[in-house]
Amino acid sequence: MSFIDLKGLLQPLGALKQIGKKPHTIRFPYEKKDASDNYRGLHYNEINDCIGCGNCSTICPNAAIDMIDLLEVEGNAGDSGLRPRIDNGRCCWCALCVDVCPTGSLNLTKDYIYVTDDPNSFLWMPGVDNKEEGKDLISYTSDTTTSLSMYDRVPMRELEGKERVKSFAEVVLGYTEDEARAEAERCISCGLCTEACPEHMHIPEYINAIARGEDEDAVKIIYDNNPLPEMCGKVCTRRCEDVCALQVRGDAVAIRWLKRYATETAPTVEAIKEVVNPVIEEPNGLTVGIIGAGPAGLTAGYYLALKGYDVTIYEAQAHAGGMVMYGIPKYRFPLDSIDKQIEYMESIGVKINYNTRVGKDISFDDIYKNFDAVFIGIGLQKPWNIGIKNEDVPGVIPAIEYLKIINSGGSYDVGKKVAVIGGGNVAIDGARVSARFGAEVTILYRRRVKDMPADWEEIEGAEDEGVHIIPQAIPTRIIKNEKGRVKGIEYVMAKMLTQEGGGRPRPVAIEGSETIYECDTVIGAIGQQADFTWLPEKYKESVLIERGKIQVNNDRQTGDPKIFAGGDAVKFGNADAISAIADGFSAMKGIDKLLLKKK
Amino acid sequence: MIREKETTLYLGPQHPGITGNMMIKLKVQGDTVVSATTHVGYLHRAFEKLIERRNWLNAFTLLCRFCVPEPDPMELTYARAVEELDNREVPERAKYIRVIVMELARLQSFLLWYAGQAGSGGLYTMGQWSVGDRNYVLDLFEDLTGGRIYHMYIWPGGVRRDLPDGWTDKVLKTMDYLENRQKDYNQLMFDNTVFQKRAKGVGIIPKDKAVEWGVVGPPLRGTGIKSDVRIDEPYEIYDKLDFVVPTFEGGDIWARAMVRQEEFRQSISIIRQAIEKMPKGEYYNKVPNPMKWIVPEGQAWAKTESVRGEIGFYVASNGTNKPYRVHAKGAAYTHGVTVLEKVLPGQNIADVSFIMNSLGVCPPEIER
Repeated sequence: MSFIDLKGLLQPLGALKQIGKKPHTIRFPYEKKDASDNYRGLHYNEINDCIGCGNCSTICPNAAIDMIDLLEVEGNAGDSGLRPRIDNGRCCWCALCVDVCPTGSLNLTKDYIYVTDDPNSFLWMPGVDNKEEGKDLISYTSDTTTSLSMYDRVPMRELEGKERVKSFAEVVLGYTEDEARAEAERCISCGLCTEACPEHMHIPEYINAIARGEDEDAVKIIYDNNPLPEMCGKVCTRRCEDVCALQVRGDAVAIRWLKRYATETAPTVEAIKEVVNPVIEEPNGLTVGIIGAGPAGLTAGYYLALKGYDVTIYEAQAHAGGMVMYGIPKYRFPLDSIDKQIEYMESIGVKINYNTRVGKDISFDDIYKNFDAVFIGIGLQKPWNIGIKNEDVPGVIPAIEYLKIINSGGSYDVGKKVAVIGGGNVAIDGARVSARFGAEVTILYRRRVKDMPADWEEIEGAEDEGVHIIPQAIPTRIIKNEKGRVKGIEYVMAKMLTQEGGGRPRPVAIEGSETIYECDTVIGAIGQQADFTWLPEKYKESVLIERGKIQVNNDRQTGDPKIFAGGDAVKFGNADAISAIADGFSAMKGIDKLLLKKK
Repeated sequence: MIREKETTLYLGPQHPGITGNMMIKLKVQGDTVVSATTHVGYLHRAFEKLIERRNWLNAFTLLCRFCVPEPDPMELTYARAVEELDNREVPERAKYIRVIVMELARLQSFLLWYAGQAGSGGLYTMGQWSVGDRNYVLDLFEDLTGGRIYHMYIWPGGVRRDLPDGWTDKVLKTMDYLENRQKDYNQLMFDNTVFQKRAKGVGIIPKDKAVEWGVVGPPLRGTGIKSDVRIDEPYEIYDKLDFVVPTFEGGDIWARAMVRQEEFRQSISIIRQAIEKMPKGEYYNKVPNPMKWIVPEGQAWAKTESVRGEIGFYVASNGTNKPYRVHAKGAAYTHGVTVLEKVLPGQNIADVSFIMNSLGVCPPEIER
């Protein structure tokens, strides 16, 4: 062995053979380096698909994302109007924002070169500042399988359709603890629901409490601005779920069922009192009279009682709850559920005088004189006429009257075949109740099924129970038999005519398509109106009634400063319980403001 | 003999060699190191503390930044610790993908190490070649994960995305290329007399002291001790694969280089086997909504074989949506802080960064 290993010394010279070969490097900018189809480069946000939920901002480990009010985008129900702004100086391109984006609007692109000498320009809004170039370069995206959002709802256990029609037993069975936790875990706490809820309930907060396993906290949070959560947990129209960030690509969080679950953890009046532990202020000697013990009146009464007011409610019926009690069938909202809520309110100090119709058993003048403030929450009690020939014959009945009879424990013979006219929740209720009496039920609705204002779960429930729906059917007349009773109903089929200017399509009768559906009963469910005959004329000057609704300001105060109004009968009314509760809550604040000086 | 005066020299804190910001206080006589004291603290970013304020998934964006040359072992070790706490099953396919990613990470890290080891010995062409070749491995990562260096790909429950179409073919092609390149590397580095002369007999870790000093990974195997987490406590699917853990006697830089040279080949073989055996199916056992994901109370310790040796993560949960404590212990801590102090005395000043590179000292990993 030589002292110097000559071979080893000459070895590296072999590298010379590489001279002249094509280099491995890329001579930018003469040659381009295209990023891969999966590249995580600068952000791009599809502004019109984004709903401003802020989930990207929440997950960002570097606090690189702010939600900024974008003037071009108008906030509305289901869109906060905010859009993400990225601080590219902080971003680490982990793309967690993309993976948690519930709508899939946020993406990363192949664009990776951004040179500037102005540090402030690191802040920009994807989709606004790179509108032109960003879209074509989208690379890293998420779909419903790769996204971290949980799109599938925990299914609710229900009675079988065949089982249901045998009785008025509650259809929905409620979540178990594990199911509720799993469902609550899906919520991303964006708060779009809070904005959409007429009462602005603290939805993410109570869902978070359920997810954490702190059910008592959840109940407490719920009772903060809703004294009838058991009712809302069962029959709410849940505008919150319509705007849930998850419903864009999947199922909305079952907010209503989660509220129901929370209230079920406090099953008795004592339990509610113990959990909610309401603080009742010292009596302040002021009195408030409330007309109507529906959701609006009860809400106003409850919170006023907590504030130390002496509250008296006058209710014409034998039972409190208003339309919720008499209009909603018991398979959706059982009687003991209502009773428990009313009992709890009475235990707080709300006085309810039943069977006391204002204008008959007590005059409005007396109420006006005896109380420091008056709240009117009478609801809509008078059904609209269907407006077709022979609708006054026996066998034709408005749905709310029918439901009222059944809910009061009475009976009504619908016969073997029933036709229901209308497409709202009341129509579905009428149909499903009739199905429970063994009748063959058909719903006639003038528009398409997808246009039906009724809750989709209610429509599905009705179909499961064998209710038949004939869409695009306009009733034309009722046919009576020789005894003068209903024999059938004639309807024409309609085609949908698109409106110019983009209104919702209008049904137009197709000539010669008259069809007769033979039936024993026709139930009309095309809406109701308020009845103001009890209100003395002299008040109608200040308590302005326009288009059948009482006009109020944001405090739910009428032209007469002492008179407040809320619920379905006022202009804010959306004809659902949660709006009525919102009215009652606002009126409570208004009344408190009015009477503050007297305290 | 003239007694030379003892002088104090400071190596660093600016990147001694290319391993990161740390400082070694050297007492030298002539050009011989008499004693060495390591000083760290120039790179501290409080990763472990920051993780305590992030939820379970957020944490992994910080983990990969513990050590630039090998982000993936950090992700995997943390993910495995969290999976143990949460009793979360990992789909079979995800395990294969994880192993492929881990071995690709090993390859790219070795390629960077070639550059560092050769570069600190003055052989700069090697660095240009191997870093250039490393980009082909990074291209694979880019296709798979969307990122080149920081992949943020392995997370609790599996991996983030399934393999893109045609990706495995591209991997196999790259493997063939890298295998062929071994010849060139040998020519330039391993068979090079300059390298051999500088590496042999330098930076010796005595075999009888290695375990006592806490040496792990290639430096430990370079003393002839066979120790590898992949074999000793197999995780993922390493027990289903056929590979050898190379050892080499001597404990010097040369031995460590030989170990790495062989491991490089083994990694290529592991990747080929994993691609061949990989089943179809799920790649991710989805965790719940990351903002609300609560990991049950408890503590877990997971370890993997990273490129530089055994790395372990201690993860504790107090039953909330954030980790209570995450502690990482990697090879660089012992190698960079204590082993260096023991190995350096008696060595030439010019060999200090050469030795650092061969030990795999990664200062950012020392200071989590």
